[in-house]
Amino acid sequence: MMELYLDLHSQPCRSVFLFAKAVGIPFEFKLVELSAGHQYSEEFGKINIMRKVPVMKDGSFVLTESVAILKYMLQKHSSSVADHWYPADLQQRACVNEYLSWQHMNLRAQGSKVFLLRALFPVIMGSEVPKEKMDAAVQDLNQSLQMLEDKFLQNKPFIVGDKISLADLVAIVEIMQPVATGLDLFEGRPKLTTWRERVKKAIGEKLFAEAHEVIMKVGSLPQKMENNSNLELLKPKFQKLFS
Amino acid sequence: MQGVCSAAAAMAVELYLDLLSQPCRSVLIFAKKNNIPHEVKQVSLMDGEQHREDFGKVSLIRKVPALQDGDFCLAESPAILLYLARKFKTPDHWYPADLQQCARIDEYLSWQHCAIRLHGSKVFWLKLMIPEVLHVEVPKEKMDAAVEELNGSLKLLEEKFLQDRPFIAGDHISLADLVAIVEVMQPVAAGLDVFGGRPKLSAWRDRVQAAIGKELFDEVHQTVMGSQERVKVMDGSKLEFSKAKILKFFM
Repeated sequence: MMELYLDLHSQPCRSVFLFAKAVGIPFEFKLVELSAGHQYSEEFGKINIMRKVPVMKDGSFVLTESVAILKYMLQKHSSSVADHWYPADLQQRACVNEYLSWQHMNLRAQGSKVFLLRALFPVIMGSEVPKEKMDAAVQDLNQSLQMLEDKFLQNKPFIVGDKISLADLVAIVEIMQPVATGLDLFEGRPKLTTWRERVKKAIGEKLFAEAHEVIMKVGSLPQKMENNSNLELLKPKFQKLFS
Repeated sequence: MQGVCSAAAAMAVELYLDLLSQPCRSVLIFAKKNNIPHEVKQVSLMDGEQHREDFGKVSLIRKVPALQDGDFCLAESPAILLYLARKFKTPDHWYPADLQQCARIDEYLSWQHCAIRLHGSKVFWLKLMIPEVLHVEVPKEKMDAAVEELNGSLKLLEEKFLQDRPFIAGDHISLADLVAIVEVMQPVAAGLDVFGGRPKLSAWRDRVQAAIGKELFDEVHQTVMGSQERVKVMDGSKLEFSKAKILKFFM
């Protein structure tokens, strides 16, 4: 059976988890607890030299990068996965790919940064986040959300037309990351709010909640990390990001 | 670069490009190599042409490359490359039908955004453009840190994505190698010796250049490879409008 190495605190892990479950692809969930430093174990290093999640292992074939994993699962199970996830239509498919490419250095990067600043900066750096740093990060995130609304959604129900696709899935899990720290990004954004509800419905409300259960409890993350010896390993990486 | 004959003009895609930009180069190389009818529309980033009203109608994201095919507009080089490959039915090796080979390419195209692309761009800006065009001094530790990050990405390119294969997905060049090579060339154009002491990477570069065609490769890289000379005579007011944004992003 296909193995998925996941920690649902991670956005790309959630998109992979949600997709597999939503379309009924069987898999074995292998937990890699990031806050406990499991990604630094010798065992996990053999699975993925880059020590990141998600990772997919299908027999002897190991694959990283959520976008690649999603497309692989989709292609492998193409006879049972509905077309709308990654349409065969040339232009629609191109629009999905356009979003999947753009999001790396935009919504994903900025959403992650705001999440890390709000959830982890104090415990890693031992002080509160400087206001201008936080304001700048939130401003960048808002710009990406504006682009999502103005260019990718426009007046459509989903990013690519009438039905949910990989683009919406990848978008929603990234937005939920800073939202989980208590930042209401949907306030004052009715278009984004109705899109979110459509996406949740298309995935399944219960499944969506299940995938987001751990991240919504992110308030307890600092304590978990403070008690763990691997914090020292994580500090230099975060310090670089926060400087 | 222009020169589309009138018979093909009707079916030619419009490519909005500035060859200083890495993803513009991968798109142009792909179009030329596969004889895809295209018309190049120059968008000079140094002159801020991406902010023109007419370009905004092609791409709200206001970045290059951008493609226009009839009424259909598309941004993001991986999306453009995949679109062109499908529409013009290019040879299988560029994006194979084989599940695992295709996955290897998708994996690379995803990883590279926040790795080689980001780190190579950063070195290009910190080493050349910021000091020479914006006349802002770059602290040594920042430069050293940027080169160290790039080295980390190059190491992963060699050890994880290439390993002992001739190309990223196996025996033949694919979109992954094309996207990789244009990014690796960016810090080279800024004067960093990327290939020195890296025989595996150099051998891969030679294979990629041979597969593309050295003449085509050099032609498309001519503009960026002239960067070190060009900045000496460049008008100091260039990029002033983007200065704050550039410094915020790279410094």
